[in-house]
Amino acid sequence: MANVISDETIEYVGILAKLELSDEEKEQAKKDMGRMLDYIDKLGELDTEGVEPMSHVFPVQNVFREDVVTNSDTREQLLSNAPEQKDGMFVVPKTFD
Amino acid sequence: MSDILDMTAVELSAAIRAGKTTAVEAVEAALARIEERDQEFNCYVTVSRDKALAQAKQVQAAIEAGELTGPLAGVPVAIKDNMCTEGLLTTCSSRILGNFVPAYTAEAVLRLEKAGAVILGKTNMDEFAMGSTTETSAYGETKNPWNPAHVPGGSSGGSAAAVAAGECFYALGSDTGGSIRQPASFCGVVGMKPTYGTVSRYGLIAYGSSLDQIGPLARNVTDCAAILEAIAGHDHKDSTSVAREDTDFTAALVEDVKGIRIGIPNDYFGEGLNEEVRGAVLQAAGVLEERGAIVERFDLSLVDYAIPAYYTIAAAEASSNLERFDGIKYGYRTPEYHGLHNMYKKSRSEGFGEEVKRRIMLGSFVLSSGYYDAYYLKALKVKALIKKAFDEAFARYDVILGPVAPTTAPKLGESLADPIQMYLGDIYTIAVNLAGLPGISIPCGRDAEGLPIGLQLIGDSFREKKLIQTAYTYEKARGAFPLALAE
Repeated sequence: MANVISDETIEYVGILAKLELSDEEKEQAKKDMGRMLDYIDKLGELDTEGVEPMSHVFPVQNVFREDVVTNSDTREQLLSNAPEQKDGMFVVPKTFD
Repeated sequence: MSDILDMTAVELSAAIRAGKTTAVEAVEAALARIEERDQEFNCYVTVSRDKALAQAKQVQAAIEAGELTGPLAGVPVAIKDNMCTEGLLTTCSSRILGNFVPAYTAEAVLRLEKAGAVILGKTNMDEFAMGSTTETSAYGETKNPWNPAHVPGGSSGGSAAAVAAGECFYALGSDTGGSIRQPASFCGVVGMKPTYGTVSRYGLIAYGSSLDQIGPLARNVTDCAAILEAIAGHDHKDSTSVAREDTDFTAALVEDVKGIRIGIPNDYFGEGLNEEVRGAVLQAAGVLEERGAIVERFDLSLVDYAIPAYYTIAAAEASSNLERFDGIKYGYRTPEYHGLHNMYKKSRSEGFGEEVKRRIMLGSFVLSSGYYDAYYLKALKVKALIKKAFDEAFARYDVILGPVAPTTAPKLGESLADPIQMYLGDIYTIAVNLAGLPGISIPCGRDAEGLPIGLQLIGDSFREKKLIQTAYTYEKARGAFPLALAE
C-alpha cells in the first residue's frame, strides 16, 4: 500500500468529520482510506496542466432571487423533529462549563 | 378486476379515466400485493396504507370531476426514501433519520401528486444512497424479486424491486453514480436518469449535490417518458435547476431509428465484462442496426478514471452535506454525552452506518488543507476531461450504447466485504453523472440463471428525446419483457 495513513491523520480526519471511532474502527479506517487513496492516485497519471476544474457541468452562474418569504410558518412541525425543544426553540447541550 | 396489477402505469390511468376501474381499486390491489410479497422482498421501509387509501379516494373524485386528466392520474407510486414527504416518515434508510417526519414534500413528488399520483410508501435504499446493492440500509436488505438470493442493485434497490415485484406501478429513484440505472438493470425494469438540472432536487436529501438527479423506474419506456414529463421542469427552489422548454418527452415515443448514429465504446467491452451481458447488449445493438440505425465502434477514452474521480467528488460533497446531521434539529441524538461536541460525535457515530462513515472520512480527508489540490481539485479537472471526451463523442453520435453493469445481480452478502471491488461495478454508469448526461437502462435479455440484463443508452445533455425514441424502438422490436414472478 503506497498510502500509509498515520494514527495522527485518522485522529485529525475524525475531528473534521465529527466522528468518534473505536480503536478497531480506526484501524479499519486506516486500511480503507489507504486503499482508496492508492486507487485515487490513478488520477495522477493524467496530465491536467492548464485544465480548468469543473465544479458544475453547465455554465450556470450565481442564481439570485428577491429576498421574499414565500413559505408558511411550519415552526411547530419543524420543532417536532428535534430531539429536545423548549419554548419554541431547539435545546442544545451546554457549550461552556 | 384481477388484471389491474398487470397494467403499465399509462394503461392503468387510461382504464381509470375510462371508468373501467378506479384509483381506489388500484391502490387496494397494490397494497394487497405488498401485503403478500413485501415480507420476503423488503422493498418498502414504510407503507402508507391509510394515507394512500384516503389519497386514492380524493384522486378518484377529482378524476370523475374532470379535474385530473393526465396520463398518470390515479396510479399508485412508490417513492425512494430519500425524498421528503410531508407527514410521512423519511429515513434515507439510516438510523440517524429513523424518526424524521418532514414538514414539506420534495418538488418531484409534489409534481406527481399534482398529476394525480397516489403515494403507496417509501422504498428501501442503500443508506444515504451510498452503495450499489441496497445492503447498507439500516432497515434490512431488499431482495431481488427474480431470485431472492440476489441483491436488487442499488442504491434505488427498493424502488426497482417494487416495480419488478408488482408492488407498485412505477417508482421514483435517484441516481448519483448509477443508482437508478443499475438496479433497473438488475431487476429487469426501465430506469432513467435525466440530464442534470432537469428534475428539481428540492426535498431530495443530498448525497453528492453536483451529481444527484431524480428519475423514474417503470415497467416500460412509455411510462418512463410520461413520468419524466410530469416531474421535469424549472424550480426556483433548486438553484441548479435548468429552465428548458422541451420537456414533452412523450412526443418522442416514436418507433423509428433510421439514421440515428449509435456509438459503441470499445472501452465498455473490455476486461471484466461478463460474456452473457456482452452478448445480450451487442445483440440489442444489432436489433437497432437492423432497423436502420448507424452503429459504429469508437474509443471513448478515460473510462478507467471515472471511478476514482467520482468517489473523490462524491465523498467530498457527502462529507459536507452530511454535516447537517448533528443531533439538534432532527434525527437521532445519543442518550449519553458530555458537552456539545461529544454529543455531535457520538450521535453521528452511532447514527451512521459503516459505508456512510467511510465516505465521510474520505471526503473530509480530500477536502482537508494540504490535500485539497492533490485530490479534490485534481478530480474536478479530470471531470472536465471526461466531459470533453463525451462532447467529442456526441459530435459524432446521437446515442452511446453499452452495458449498464459488468454483471447481472450478485448474490446477497458478496459485495460489501471489498468496497473497491463494489465501486468497480459502477464503471459504465458513473461517468454519465460526472458529465451531467441523461442515461436509460432497459432490459435486453436474461442470463443462464434467469437474471435480467440491462442495456444502457446514453445521450448528450438535454437530448432525452433521442434516448427515449431509441429505447422505445428497441423495446418494440424486443417484445414484452415480463415482470419478475410473472412466469
